[in-house]
Amino acid sequence: MKSAKQKSLISKLAFTSIAFLFLITLNISAQGDAVNGKKLFNMNCAGCHKLDKDLVGPALGGMSDRRENAWLKSWIKDNVAFQKVDSDAKEAAEYSPAAMPAFPQLSDQEIDDIIEYTKPVVAEEMVAGSSTVVVAAAEPQDNTLLYILGAIVFVLILMIFNLYSTVNELKGNAPKRKTIEEQLKSIWRAFAGNKFLHFLLVIFFLLSSAYLGFSYLLQIGVDQGYQPIQPIEFSHKIHSGDNKIDCQYCHSAAKHSKSSGIPPANVCMNCHMNIAEVADGTVIGNHGKEVLNKEIQKLYDAVGWDKDKLAYIEGYEKKPIEWVRIHNLPDFAYFNHSQHVTVAGLKCQKCHGPVEEMDEVYQYSPLTMDWCISCHRETEVDMTENGYYKKIHEQLANKYGVKEVTAAQMGGMECGKCHY
Amino acid sequence: MASNKKYWRSVEELDENSSIVDTLRQNEFVEEIPTDEFLGDKESLETSSTTRRDFLKYVGFTTAAASLAACEGPVKKAIPYIVQPNEVIPGVADYYATTIADGFDFANVLVKVREGRPIKIEPNKEALGSTNARVQASVLSLYDDFRLKEPTANGESISWADADTQIANKLARVKSSGKSVVFLTGTDASPSTASLIASLGEDVNHVIYDAVSESAAADAYEAIYGSRALPSYDFSKAKTIVSVGADFLGDWQGGGFDGGYAKGRIPNGGTMSHHIQIESNMTLSGANADVRVMVRPSEQHVAMTKLYEAVVNGISTRESTPLANAINKAVAQIKNAGTNAVVVTGVQDKNIQLLALAINNYIQSEAMNVLVTNNTRQGNSTKVSQLISDMKAGKVGALIINNSNPVYTLPNSEEFVAALAKVDVTVTCSMSDNETANATQYALAAPHYLESWGMVEMKSGAYSIIQPTIQPLFDTRQFEESILKWSGSEQTYYDYIKTAFAELGASTSWNQALHDGSFSIAIEKEARVNEVDVNAGYKKPTLGGIDALQLELYTKTSLGDGQQANNPWLQELPDPITRATWDNYVTISKVDAVKYGVENWNVSDGAMNGSVVELTVGENTITAPAYIQPGQAQGSLGLALGYGRKSGIKSEMQTGKNAYQLYSDFNKSQYNVSLKVVEGEHKFACTQLHNTLMGRGDIIKETTLSTYNDPSLNPKKTWNKVPMVSLKHEEVEATTVDLWTEFDRSVGHHFNLSIDLNTCTGCGACVVACHAENNVPVVGKAEVRKSRDMHWLRIDRYYSSDMNEETSEGVGMVQKYAEMEDPSANPTVSFQPLMCQHCNHAPCETVCPVAATSHSRQGQNHMAYNRCVGTRYCQNNCPYKVRRFNWFDYANNAEFDFNMNDDLGKMVLNPDVTVRTRGVMEKCSMCIQMTQASILKAKKDGRPVKDEEFQTACTNACSTGAMVFGDINDKESKVAKLKEDTRAYHLLEHVGTKPNVVYQVQVRNTEV
Repeated sequence: MKSAKQKSLISKLAFTSIAFLFLITLNISAQGDAVNGKKLFNMNCAGCHKLDKDLVGPALGGMSDRRENAWLKSWIKDNVAFQKVDSDAKEAAEYSPAAMPAFPQLSDQEIDDIIEYTKPVVAEEMVAGSSTVVVAAAEPQDNTLLYILGAIVFVLILMIFNLYSTVNELKGNAPKRKTIEEQLKSIWRAFAGNKFLHFLLVIFFLLSSAYLGFSYLLQIGVDQGYQPIQPIEFSHKIHSGDNKIDCQYCHSAAKHSKSSGIPPANVCMNCHMNIAEVADGTVIGNHGKEVLNKEIQKLYDAVGWDKDKLAYIEGYEKKPIEWVRIHNLPDFAYFNHSQHVTVAGLKCQKCHGPVEEMDEVYQYSPLTMDWCISCHRETEVDMTENGYYKKIHEQLANKYGVKEVTAAQMGGMECGKCHY
Repeated sequence: MASNKKYWRSVEELDENSSIVDTLRQNEFVEEIPTDEFLGDKESLETSSTTRRDFLKYVGFTTAAASLAACEGPVKKAIPYIVQPNEVIPGVADYYATTIADGFDFANVLVKVREGRPIKIEPNKEALGSTNARVQASVLSLYDDFRLKEPTANGESISWADADTQIANKLARVKSSGKSVVFLTGTDASPSTASLIASLGEDVNHVIYDAVSESAAADAYEAIYGSRALPSYDFSKAKTIVSVGADFLGDWQGGGFDGGYAKGRIPNGGTMSHHIQIESNMTLSGANADVRVMVRPSEQHVAMTKLYEAVVNGISTRESTPLANAINKAVAQIKNAGTNAVVVTGVQDKNIQLLALAINNYIQSEAMNVLVTNNTRQGNSTKVSQLISDMKAGKVGALIINNSNPVYTLPNSEEFVAALAKVDVTVTCSMSDNETANATQYALAAPHYLESWGMVEMKSGAYSIIQPTIQPLFDTRQFEESILKWSGSEQTYYDYIKTAFAELGASTSWNQALHDGSFSIAIEKEARVNEVDVNAGYKKPTLGGIDALQLELYTKTSLGDGQQANNPWLQELPDPITRATWDNYVTISKVDAVKYGVENWNVSDGAMNGSVVELTVGENTITAPAYIQPGQAQGSLGLALGYGRKSGIKSEMQTGKNAYQLYSDFNKSQYNVSLKVVEGEHKFACTQLHNTLMGRGDIIKETTLSTYNDPSLNPKKTWNKVPMVSLKHEEVEATTVDLWTEFDRSVGHHFNLSIDLNTCTGCGACVVACHAENNVPVVGKAEVRKSRDMHWLRIDRYYSSDMNEETSEGVGMVQKYAEMEDPSANPTVSFQPLMCQHCNHAPCETVCPVAATSHSRQGQNHMAYNRCVGTRYCQNNCPYKVRRFNWFDYANNAEFDFNMNDDLGKMVLNPDVTVRTRGVMEKCSMCIQMTQASILKAKKDGRPVKDEEFQTACTNACSTGAMVFGDINDKESKVAKLKEDTRAYHLLEHVGTKPNVVYQVQVRNTEV
């Protein structure tokens, strides 16, 4: 039959794609040492070195061609000691006034891995293979094609079933159906005669329209999911998720202040003095490395950083970055980050959601009063550690006869605590 | 049967033949409706391409577009720093210690800075700083849009470099021509500025000029002790204070005496100081005195001579005038107190001032210290007069004016302006674009003190540092920097004062001194006493006719000498005595008012109007409204200086009349004054009128020291009576009856505020502090007249009346109540700061239909503005009348062109407090933003809150300690003890509202 053919087509397609995926995975896993080397390189070396470009230290691409393996190992493990015994090393140290730290913790195998990673062959392959990687990354898009195909198959199956039943009917195997007109008429007659149903319907109609109207009104000013386009395509996923930078490294005011603070550009520059490019293979949406590097350039344009000379441009007129504010509490509501972060010890994610998974941040919570007070009703205040609560805890425990006290019982639901 | 009567509308209808009737039958209107005329030009209407249909389309489209656009929320930007300064954490305030020294007010202050913006001035208590209303308000003067924003030469803007070259060249030319270079400055009390001017050479003359002069007192001090200064006074050491015309709780000798005075006014241990005030105007000191004697200004001279003769020479008078009797009593008191007495006088006569010094020296008064001098008034009237005559004679080549506005403040201003023309180079360094800046060739824009560096020595040995707390807002440069530039120095003034600091050899480091805002140097000084014959050279003032009135000029606690006249907070601050805002006026006694036909009357909306009078002193005439003032000495008039400025000031702020023109010889007392009522009527804007309490005892409770000390009396039954109410037909104490069940507030904090009526001097610093902290809007004169002032905190002033329950025997009811309403000729005065009482059983809460106001566990009565729908039921149900309805959108409404409506003025707003919108009720929150911040700080540190950490804006600003705030659940706290004090009472206790604000009974030491 036709459908059987269809099925075999799908299975063929699925098989090819799985095989394709498998091949790619195989391809990547073939670079065992270099993969570990890359990890180590990023962890230990990337702060000062790049493969293809001088940074604080020289470009390391193909260093095994320039130096012997043993020399490199001695240098990496303790270059200061090595300089005393080796004249080449002494010369090499003059490359930069900044001394390279020693890495005694790296084993010979690990250094070999790093060297493997820096080999030009690999580097070339990386350049050539960049398109492959993009394809691999774009693989999930193939899934949508599969879904479309699946949907078509489903519709076809339905059509076949329908055709089959119609053919049966025409053949007279099945009983004859009433015409649609007849059906409608009988339903209308039953309905017109039932007063109680009318009554129920009216009630239902009124209630549901009130419900809909009210929920519509409640939505006004609630911007849950608000995800504006920011002036710089900054990814929290890369910074907080992939690179595991602590939220409060950048939002350092959160523990001291009512506002969490948007990091000033000089905080970005702490790292981005040395990171002028995104890692190979970084993709946000359909933006690849080329586009994203320009986003980092926007930061440099703001602060006036010359990435080639690795220095601030003198007399540069700095341009502040105008971020679009996502979380907008109305002015009459007082909220204090430090109360929640420092005193209550809440995780940022409790209100802001999985920011470490967001490329572009959106408003995760509704930020309505209902949302605030539900949490205050449920949250028990941890009074054991904090000296402020000692006396209050004893008194409250006596009053309510329970050991645990919620924020609401502490007065966290009084109007004036947030509205003044 | 139906009636067939015919009704007609006009006689015309009866006439069958009338054409009008016929026309009307067809048309509704007799004449054709002139629609075309109505719509405008007929021709252009016809040629217009917009048809009616098009018009409707446009209307429809724009309405739809507007409503669609309204659905979209606005996009808000968040712009972080590029390089964040280390000390700034967004959302956390920094405090810097600095000093105000504007020539009139001197104080060590702390400046609250948010994200680089100074938003509040607080007293630097560690450096013994105290703030008055003007110091509190000075932060708003920083954000004054009418400031001088750049240097100008003859009205044209000029670059600093050009100005420097031109001025330096001209100064060199003047020096070579042999004419003198004169610096005319206000008192800056700055040793570094003085040495900088002195370093310019010996031929440079430095004249110090105070707009409101204390020159006579400085002359007297100079005569005896050789140096030009004032003695310092500590009123806490005084058991008997006799003041003759010295308003030391106001601005006498620079002010700032109220803290010490208040220490002696708390009747703990059964004693308190006895204060006798002999004065003409009703001043703050008079209002707080135990005994107040009304005399005419000229009689103040008599009083001082008699005092001197009685105390020092032992000659007592046999007269029995009220004044002589008062003097006799005062002399007895002074003798009784011995070294604990002090006599002060404000009479602007060197000889009278000498008498005061002589009396204090004779009794060896501990309250006066001549070794530690007060440097805040150094002006020399003689030198100023000399300067003007030199200028007229063409002897002055260059005049450089700093921190002074002589064109406005000089009584002979026209003479001065004419003399300016004869000076080759005239330069003004000024913050405001004032009269003097306009009259001189160069007007150099000077920074506000919050943008400047400096060093001040207010009292000998006590130094203070001025440091900037914000980048200069405009293209300004301070006076001292200019001098350094002109003298060719490369040094900055910052380096200069750092060197000066090093040379002083203080025991602290520069950084520590900068952090503390002050440092002290031990002074080694012995009083070098010259023998002075105090009686020689004294001339009695020439009084004119026996009927001639005498004028006593004074400064208000709000505007002072008038340099901050463009500050709306100060303009709207009610005068503590007259309770009038936005005005100065001639105060006149009731007797004189009747005599001269001066009237004050209330109009239908409760506001007060008054007659306008013409005052003539010598050749000068001034027209001003008249205000009938209880306590004004008969035959005397009062008028406040500091008003009537016109230049560099918003039109709304150009209030009152310039009284400086009557300030001839820099003497506040002017004799031979004539007054006549002229045409016109003046509209006052008073926040309270002249009503007394009419015998209601539970608003102000008052007693005498002897009653207070009497152990046989139970305070609750006698002088601090608990009101009784009837419960089940039995009289019981009102405090025991409750309509509601008591809410348990024993856990956590329970805030209370205690206000001591004994030590509240009524100065009004708390009112301005409340404005600054809580973003209280200024509403303007017209609105104040409608009783729509927005002060969250007001200070009520009550006068006593001659008629009371005791004296009412034999007087008819009607007459009794009418007279009870009328204040005495010389009333005793009580001040009562009143804000939301934060009732535990608040009447406002029960009537709110939307529960916008509710009480909290911590004792504060909360007001949720976003919930309020503006029914104003709460306002009506509040027995204390402390709720304020926000009638207009004061923050964004061009009708109210005050600080909240310009971009610069908005910078002073406190970001932690909501700016209220139209249609909501607002009131004192007991500074919940401050208590919450203190609690949060303690939580973050993991410790209980210390008692002194709980503050409100008003308690922080109070320099007498009359207001104490804290947690009564902390039994060790000050306020918990005050609440249990025998003097403690609640306002309108019989109403049963159980307020969290507690007052302390006023005790007067009248009958010693």
